[in-house]
Amino acid sequence: MTTEHQPLALMLFSLFIAVTLGITTWVSRNRHGSAEEFYAGGRLFSPMENGFAIAGDYMSAASFLGISGLIALFGYDGLLYSVGFLVAWLVVLFLVAELVRNCGRFTLADVVAARMSERPVRIAAGTSSVVVSVLYLVAQMVGAGSLVGLLLGNSSAAARTLTVIGVGALMVVYVSFGGMRATTWIQIVKAVLLMGGAVTLTVLVLLRFHGDFDRLLTSAAERSGHGLAFLSPGLKYGGDWTARFDFISLGLALVLGTAGLPHILSRFYTVPTARAARRSVVWAIGLIGSFYLMTIVLGFGAAALVGPDEVRASNASGNTAVPLLAAFLGGGAETTGGAVLFAFVAAIAFATILAVVAGITLASSASVAHDLYASLKRRHARQRSEVSVARAAAVGIGAVAIALGLLAQNLNVAFLVGLAFAVAASANLPVLMYSLFWRGFTTSGAVWSVYGGLVPAVLLVLVSPVVSGSPESLFPGVDFQLFPLQNPGIVSIPLGFLAGWLGTVISGEEPDEAKHAETEVRSLTGAGAV
Amino acid sequence: MDKHEGRDAGTIRLDDPWYDALAVGWGEGAEPSPPRPAPTGRPAPGASDIYLEVQRSAAFQEVRSRYRRFVVPATAGFLLWYVAYVVAATAAPGLMARPVLGAVNVAMLAGLGQFLSTFLLTWAYARHARLRRDRAALDLRWTVFEQERGQERNRARRAGR
Repeated sequence: MTTEHQPLALMLFSLFIAVTLGITTWVSRNRHGSAEEFYAGGRLFSPMENGFAIAGDYMSAASFLGISGLIALFGYDGLLYSVGFLVAWLVVLFLVAELVRNCGRFTLADVVAARMSERPVRIAAGTSSVVVSVLYLVAQMVGAGSLVGLLLGNSSAAARTLTVIGVGALMVVYVSFGGMRATTWIQIVKAVLLMGGAVTLTVLVLLRFHGDFDRLLTSAAERSGHGLAFLSPGLKYGGDWTARFDFISLGLALVLGTAGLPHILSRFYTVPTARAARRSVVWAIGLIGSFYLMTIVLGFGAAALVGPDEVRASNASGNTAVPLLAAFLGGGAETTGGAVLFAFVAAIAFATILAVVAGITLASSASVAHDLYASLKRRHARQRSEVSVARAAAVGIGAVAIALGLLAQNLNVAFLVGLAFAVAASANLPVLMYSLFWRGFTTSGAVWSVYGGLVPAVLLVLVSPVVSGSPESLFPGVDFQLFPLQNPGIVSIPLGFLAGWLGTVISGEEPDEAKHAETEVRSLTGAGAV
Repeated sequence: MDKHEGRDAGTIRLDDPWYDALAVGWGEGAEPSPPRPAPTGRPAPGASDIYLEVQRSAAFQEVRSRYRRFVVPATAGFLLWYVAYVVAATAAPGLMARPVLGAVNVAMLAGLGQFLSTFLLTWAYARHARLRRDRAALDLRWTVFEQERGQERNRARRAGR
């Protein structure tokens, strides 16, 4: 884009930062510094507020820019992503949200540890939560880096580095000063902005085609140069069978991973009851579903109006399709209308990244302080000190994510997100399901299940074409590739479930009937819930 | 066990701090909640005994089976439908490309169908939980709370003696 748009976009973005910093200060003015307040915002959010915050936490820049970009370039295959991201919420609604709200206090490990020997289980679940969070954070950091290239026109290395560091520093400020309350409000503001932006652009696209969806599809197919093939699957994932299995693997990871994401689980603790948790998920599904429906219109709209060639010229992976579409809809890149819309969309995308990053940082600092630190230290510390550990952990995790984000700048954002989902589905989901639903599950089963999903998932990525053995990999010079797929889900998710079962059977440990009864009764009735 | 006296469903609800009037769907034709666990004559069970006892009670079993009867088939259904969709999109692109109406083909309909089924299942689950589980679950929560309180009272009485 031309340079005259940058001041406007930067101004809008600074406005967002000023508003959210204001919110942070405002909501934390009477903060008590208790763990309840820091991790769960006092548990007093309404279902609607929490629903918007969940949607804000979930709809990352990868979905706003990435999915519509994929649709603009590859047509139907982009839509496959959004279906997986949405259907995943049924797993959360049916099997996780209410039960986790009833059984846990702050983290995933709370739910599992209630039935088991606390220390080993907390260490295992805490470790896998931190790994998932860091992977997801790195994806957002890389996204922020590539977005600045778009915003500032020239993607100089220094500008990218500064952006990544700036985003990281801001989120540490949000999280460590405001805790869950400030983070939640930032997500609500961001979700409203994102929905507003998406609705505006969708309406403008549909107006162009006089509300005729069929004509939109036909023009997109014509302009794409692929003809009708553009409207059916196969352009991106239809190559050899490796590519197809890779997509099935990704699809599994998307649909099963959401329920294991620590920053999503921690959102259910911010409402007072399980019923409120359920209603917030219903809100979230409504918001997320309509958002993904709009990205379909935006993606095909970008293909029809801007054209895949121009999109590809601006960014090879299509990430700039929506901002380009916004400029076009405003009257062209050289007009004021185009500049305003472009700046608006770019600012929303930046706000999106910031809000998601804050949510993940908070959740992972809770895992470090509440699970890892609390299990590894010798004696019980006072609550106040747990919160200070969490604050320090937020700074530490921020630093790690910034460093990794700078290293991984050339990796594809969507791939990194898919990887985080795969690890969450392999390491966190099996242990959660077994703890909630299997009477005979034991401590060794829980530990096996976490490591049995986590270790294969990470190892398979290390020997996959992502790291070595192909021209696009992280180390193209060397070749220690053994596993053909980019996404490990199709192998590591079953392994996680298998390991949990094996660990339980082999150890011969007696399951604790009374504790199982307690978990089951509490999870379904809310008895004794905090 | 005096704590069980006067626990008429209508009267406690009014001052039950957890009672969430919206939660039980007044006037939504909710079916009557299943019977509560009968109070036993045994003196002061431990906290874990309370949960074991509630778990064995008919009321809890009913709540649990209502939950499972909805969630198990629904989960199996949507997971199968989703896996079928993903496999069809990757393995049978020819079928998915078949045109239906204008530019809309089977793949587009299947994708929009996934959105639709997700919305419908969400609505059905929320309705089922509101009408068939919430009230009974709240009663059980109250039962556990009362038993725990009674236990504490007994313990205090014994300590005072």
